[in-house]
Amino acid sequence: MEFYLQLVISGLVLGSIYALVALGFAIIFKSTGVVNFAQGELMMFGAYFCFSMVVQYKVPWFWAFLLTLVFSVLLALLVERLILRPMIGEPVISIIMVTIGLSSVLRSIVTAIWGTQIQIYEPPLFPETAVNVMGIPTSQVYLWSFGLSAVLLGLFALFFKYSKAGVAMRATAFSNQVALSMGIPVKNIFALAWCIASVVSAIGGILIGSINGINVQLGHFGLKVFPAVILGGLDSIPGAALGGLIVGVLENLSDGVLKSVFGLQGIKEVAPYVFLVIILMIKPYGLFGKKEIERV
Amino acid sequence: MSVAHCGDFRQSYRDDTKILETRFVRVSVGVFLVFLYVFPLFSSNYVTSTMTTIAIAVIGALGINIVTGFTGQISLGQGAFMGVGAFACSYFMRVAHLPFWIAMPLAGLTAAAVGMVFGLPSARLKGLYLAIATLAAQFILQYVFMHLDPITGGSNGIQSPPPEFGSFVFDGDRSKYYLTITLAVLAVLFTTNLIRSRNGRAFIAVRDHHLSAEIMGVNLFKYRLLSFSVSAFYAGIAGSLWGMYTGYISAEQFTIMESINYLAMIIIGGLGSVLGSIFGAIFMTLLPQVLTVGTGSLAAIFPKIGFLIMSFKDGVFGIIVILFLIFEPDGLAHRWRMIKAYWKLYPFSY
Repeated sequence: MEFYLQLVISGLVLGSIYALVALGFAIIFKSTGVVNFAQGELMMFGAYFCFSMVVQYKVPWFWAFLLTLVFSVLLALLVERLILRPMIGEPVISIIMVTIGLSSVLRSIVTAIWGTQIQIYEPPLFPETAVNVMGIPTSQVYLWSFGLSAVLLGLFALFFKYSKAGVAMRATAFSNQVALSMGIPVKNIFALAWCIASVVSAIGGILIGSINGINVQLGHFGLKVFPAVILGGLDSIPGAALGGLIVGVLENLSDGVLKSVFGLQGIKEVAPYVFLVIILMIKPYGLFGKKEIERV
Repeated sequence: MSVAHCGDFRQSYRDDTKILETRFVRVSVGVFLVFLYVFPLFSSNYVTSTMTTIAIAVIGALGINIVTGFTGQISLGQGAFMGVGAFACSYFMRVAHLPFWIAMPLAGLTAAAVGMVFGLPSARLKGLYLAIATLAAQFILQYVFMHLDPITGGSNGIQSPPPEFGSFVFDGDRSKYYLTITLAVLAVLFTTNLIRSRNGRAFIAVRDHHLSAEIMGVNLFKYRLLSFSVSAFYAGIAGSLWGMYTGYISAEQFTIMESINYLAMIIIGGLGSVLGSIFGAIFMTLLPQVLTVGTGSLAAIFPKIGFLIMSFKDGVFGIIVILFLIFEPDGLAHRWRMIKAYWKLYPFSY
């Protein structure tokens, strides 16, 4: 029983990080209509930048964290201005492909600067002693990650509901044209969406990096977020959060069960994609997604 | 030399759908075909085998262009479906002892069937759902390749026996080239005709405006699924040829990078254009080779930044894709048409 409980706990932690990155993905998709395949690379870039600050330049964690956030905002602005803005109005496939190209550029920059071996945050972000949760020893980084993700998700929910910029983003998501005619600067909103996505991904990257260490494979994490966003509904922000948690727990549980019962290795890598296909079969618009109805 | 008239003088539907319009085009295509079959007699093995990889890429790119360029559905699993074809073909030949001529189409059908499993749920949805489903297919199939040891050899990979015709064994560079180029030419011909047919017009209608297409009586689900499975079939054929070409297949040859490579091919070549698939396949096959030579010689001159240059190879690919999308979104095929239009009226262009 304890085994399964442990699986669920680490699944929730993983899921909360999925939720963060999925949030970034959903924000971009909702307000700009861009499917961002470079989400994982944004995350990786943030994680590596923070690594550089903490380990190579010995910046204290707090400042390193803030610097990383500033850096990811700048990176997002650069990407949005240089690559995404010329693509406004182009077909979906071109936009998808441009983000794929972007991901391979970012990956190669990361490889060029930091190499390919696994890097570890030193000193660690959180104390390494374990604490007891319902009688199960859990490392503190798990608790912190979960807590931090939950707080961030909550903050963003409030941001979209009450702040002026948040409401403007929802309006842009509803219709670019209407938003423009109401005096909302849609281009700035697009840039803002990229900034938020980049920041939450960078935080997700630092969290996952302090659990598993960081390497170039982190980019694939961004692709594993797809099942979460599809389950939640592509354009739903609470859906992204819930979808992330569910996929994280399911992934960990199925991995643990299949490994102990059938001896199958590495299920973790594919389990989210299997869920993805199943979700597409039974509930393609997800739990909270807007169902597009077109009748002829 | 006969040239097309200035202006459009097509008087029948038959005229309009002609593949080769003028005698000049017919002659030059004929000369090109003869050239394709004659040049290996004089060229080095390296050139011949590069041409073989290009021909394989042409088949794969045609496949993905049918689903993405003509039907407007993005597929991110072409690499994995090639893998299905390669492993299936090898399995049929090694275990079922079928000759290559039967194993290869069967492998294509296997790939199409596997593709359908993933295409079914997403074909009823519009937009990018197929992209996401095929992304899932890519990772799931890669996992299967790594773990289905009896068929795929697991992480070690497996042999792919050379095809035999009577007592003749296709194991030299030249014989492999002839086999591949013949199939590539057939694939080009088949695709061109498919696009002219009722099915092809339905594909294009689905791409251009799915609601209008449905009003006109085009069954969206049927044609999306059809184009996707035809595309997977092409991938299966390309995969079996790839297995024949390398003689040895393993899961690492069919990663997501391979799928992205194929998508990049048709974007650089030109979406929804048969000629574009060919241009794209040539471009994307030669690009890594040029980059390897280029980065190698640069690294020799500046040994200190050699590592940097090497790691930028991947990035150059990304930059080229981005630049093409921003500055030449219609691809090389469009540029080709512009060049032709320029020379058509040279030197009196208006």
